[in-house]
Amino acid sequence: MTPEGSLLAADGLHKAYGATPALDGADFSVHPGEVVAVLGPSGSGKSTLLHVLAGIVRPDSGTVRYGDRELTGMNDTERSALRRTDFGFVFQFGQLVPELTCVENVALPLRLNGVRRKEAERQARDWLERLEVEDIRGQRPGEVSGGQGQRVAVARALATRPRVLFADEPTGALDSLNGERVMTLLTDAARDTSAAVVLVTHEARVAAYSDREIVVRDGKVKDMLAGLQ
Amino acid sequence: MSIGHTLLGLLESGPRHGYDLKRAFDEHFGQDRPLHYGQVYSTMSRLLKNGLVEVDGVEAGAGPERKRYAITDAGVTDVAQWLSRPEKPEPYLQSTLYTKVVLALMTERNAAELLDTQRAEHLRLMRGLTERKRKGDLADQLICDHALFHLEADLRWLELTAARLDRLAETVRG
Ligand SMILES: Nc1ncnc2c1ncn2[C@@H]1O[C@H](COP(=O)(O)OP(=O)(O)O)[C@@H](O)[C@H]1O
Ligand SMILES: [Mg+2]
Repeated sequence: MTPEGSLLAADGLHKAYGATPALDGADFSVHPGEVVAVLGPSGSGKSTLLHVLAGIVRPDSGTVRYGDRELTGMNDTERSALRRTDFGFVFQFGQLVPELTCVENVALPLRLNGVRRKEAERQARDWLERLEVEDIRGQRPGEVSGGQGQRVAVARALATRPRVLFADEPTGALDSLNGERVMTLLTDAARDTSAAVVLVTHEARVAAYSDREIVVRDGKVKDMLAGLQ
Repeated sequence: MSIGHTLLGLLESGPRHGYDLKRAFDEHFGQDRPLHYGQVYSTMSRLLKNGLVEVDGVEAGAGPERKRYAITDAGVTDVAQWLSRPEKPEPYLQSTLYTKVVLALMTERNAAELLDTQRAEHLRLMRGLTERKRKGDLADQLICDHALFHLEADLRWLELTAARLDRLAETVRG
């Protein structure tokens, strides 16, 4: 079932890696501007769910709908085009291109979407400023701290103004103060642009930035909002 | 912690005498504070009056500890409601939560469900504090952070307990 008004909705997802079931009948939905925390023990299928929702991994069965389009019915080219234009990604580690400066890293997805260099870098600087790391724009990822690097990664994910932001343990490698700041900036920016956020985390203080949480256990999703009614 | 609900929960697996109830309570939940007999009898007479238990038999000899108590249907419903109702998050909640989890396992109810419900309740409070922090000044932030770290500690304990439910079930069911 795809709840009314949802932007991204999945129904009956199954995915196994060899004999290991990672998703076992998972449902999901998120509305525009909504931040959903995905909780659950390690190995329960959270990252697999995120990858399937984002069209990175194809499910064995089940459907993913984005707006009025069926992700699960698209070919690889269509899905990667959609990821580039409509989705943003933040992971725990190692997503910046080490050879590029921070501002070039943020400009990169804009450039890939056909924005001219000057304009892309101007917008990239705005995003860096918003994430409070404008001063390191000329440095390379290897020369900045973990907290700074993660802010650059968030700026890069948001630069294309994605409709859905996928974040998998985005603060997992940060100290509390940096983690909190990144979450504040990330959710503020997402709310301003009405982006939906799918936030995988095992930290309750991070999940507290969400509007609602779901719990993944043994590849199944429990919607706590529905569960409480 | 609610001694009444705990004793009721212990009665769910079968009728027990007063002394046996005290022994079971002390064994599972009385690490720091074993029950007094007086507490057992005042609690049982309240439960009797409310129709949550009934006297199932009396052993020969004198003394209230010779009474055998059985849980009534109303009592079972009462335990179920208590277990499914999340606790108001507050400091030093763990003894109540621990009691609930153990009783859920002993009575073959869904302990994972109980933990999920409690997590949702904690998160609800944590969202409010996070929102206050977002809008507040530094003093607000520090005060909220203190509460948030304590609530998070409860939850980390909950997650750890959830991960060990199978082993805990073996222990409490014997
Ligand atoms: N690429 C993969 N190859 C093989 N097994 C995988 C792969 N990705 C995930 N798994 C397995 O699928 C299950 C779910 O993994 P994952 O989605 O990463 O869980 P989580 O993010 O909740 O820790 C685990 O048992 C994991 O070992
Ligand atoms: Mg993961």
